[in-house]
Amino acid sequence: MERISLAAGTALCLLLTGLAVERAFGEPVDDTLEIDGVPMITRAAAPEGHPFDEVLSGWLFREAETRATQEDSFENPGMLAVERGGEIWETVDGSMGKSCASCHDDAAVSMKDVGATYPKWDADAQRPINVELQIDKCRVENMGAEPYKFDDAEQVALTAFVKHQSLGKPLAIDLTQGELQTWWEKGKDVYYTRTGQLNFACASCHEASMGKYIRADHLSQGQVNGFPTYRFNTAGMVSLHNRFRGCIRDTRAEMPKAFSDELMALEVYVTWRGTGLSVETPAVRQ
Amino acid sequence: MPLSRRRVLMLAAGAAAIPALQLLPGAAFAAAEDVAAMMADFSGGKEPQAGKITLTAPEIAENGNTVPISVDVASAMEGDDMVDAVLILADGNPRPEVATFHFTAMSGSAAATTRMRLARTQNVIALARMADGSVYMDKKEVKVTIGGCGG
Amino acid sequence: MSSKPRVKVPKTASAGEVIVIKTLISHEMESGQRKDKDGNPIPRKIINKFTCEFNGQPVFSCDLDPAISANPYFEFSAKVPESGTFKFTWVDDDGSVYSDEQPITVE
Repeated sequence: MERISLAAGTALCLLLTGLAVERAFGEPVDDTLEIDGVPMITRAAAPEGHPFDEVLSGWLFREAETRATQEDSFENPGMLAVERGGEIWETVDGSMGKSCASCHDDAAVSMKDVGATYPKWDADAQRPINVELQIDKCRVENMGAEPYKFDDAEQVALTAFVKHQSLGKPLAIDLTQGELQTWWEKGKDVYYTRTGQLNFACASCHEASMGKYIRADHLSQGQVNGFPTYRFNTAGMVSLHNRFRGCIRDTRAEMPKAFSDELMALEVYVTWRGTGLSVETPAVRQ
Repeated sequence: MPLSRRRVLMLAAGAAAIPALQLLPGAAFAAAEDVAAMMADFSGGKEPQAGKITLTAPEIAENGNTVPISVDVASAMEGDDMVDAVLILADGNPRPEVATFHFTAMSGSAAATTRMRLARTQNVIALARMADGSVYMDKKEVKVTIGGCGG
Repeated sequence: MSSKPRVKVPKTASAGEVIVIKTLISHEMESGQRKDKDGNPIPRKIINKFTCEFNGQPVFSCDLDPAISANPYFEFSAKVPESGTFKFTWVDDDGSVYSDEQPITVE
């Protein structure tokens, strides 16, 4: 038994360094981000009622080469998805013979605040609506097209294109719309509820252990201002609900469905937690 | 220390996570003789010298799937002072070859940057072959870390 | 191949100037080392060759192996003796060739 315990202890230290054992705290870097001449707000005073004094972009927690890749919009592979999204914007689809551009013309004008102000309240559905669902609503009601399947490459590219129009704008969702405040409360519950075999809540990593290392990963505040994000790991785009589900999977819990009430509430709450940070879509992460 | 239920679960979780963390599961890694053979093939059997070529790579890669690397060879890139090609190898990947850059007098300088995959912590090797047949080498160890959230 | 390659070349240069060129193409660079869910090997499919020419003269080229990351990125330099056109090509294992051209003016 003694030997087993020793082995167990060693394995635990190796596997859960950041959480099981106190380890060096890694400060976010002291660096500034500017993309195509647009300064990004990567540190902002937290809104009232926030657990932190300052909200910090995940960019500050990344290594130099990852930060540099986001800094240059040409080198950022996420821009391939944005360009693809721009093509979809102009492409007619559905029975009504319309594209996004047929109604919304130049996205640089019509979409310029969208990335910073969603989720909004959808009075028809009586629930929050994010950019992906707004695109689907438009496709069904105004284009006569099918809604996208979750994480369809076109959905991710078009969402990235739309949000990218708000590059640099500070996140500012309006919780006074409809019942968004109630959904914010619900999202807060989700954020602090421990789940899965590992018994982690969002807050276990991104609040209580923010700045520490989980194995070799430097834990950020888990901000959502850069989604959809290009990840080095998969060499592809990762949508927000994909990331939510991935995190929940990693706690070894049942994953809620994308755009389910649980995850929409979480999106409302976590977006608020990043209030004041610039939209960085498409961010580059490890 | 008793082995609590929670610890057992964590151990099981950790053990289950290990195969998923390998970038190239089940793949064999390059043999040292393969690397030596590729270097000899490129250099025409000449012993590589130190100097002239600088390989830049991160000391610790944040993710092994996308690691930026740059090479820069000191050369006038005209007359007799020309770089013909640069070979990049990674001695711990399933296959060591990464890329070969070919330069010309129109290149202006013998410098290039790309992004590569590293299956684990290993050496990245850059060999420059000059127009006169001489060969120079630089080598950097890049540590590839294991991500916290399932890689 | 959903979107065309991205290429960054300055619009102008002085005669004999050495400029920096950046290229990025969307490609999965399937290494041939991976297996699908049923355990069958996924066949290799990569961009195996990249070339850059200026007015028909070779400037820079690269032979790529599967260890190059998805969405291959290159940064390299070129000497610009006169006004003309850079031509870029990417050759896929399946025989497809993707290309792009960019003019430059020497002033």
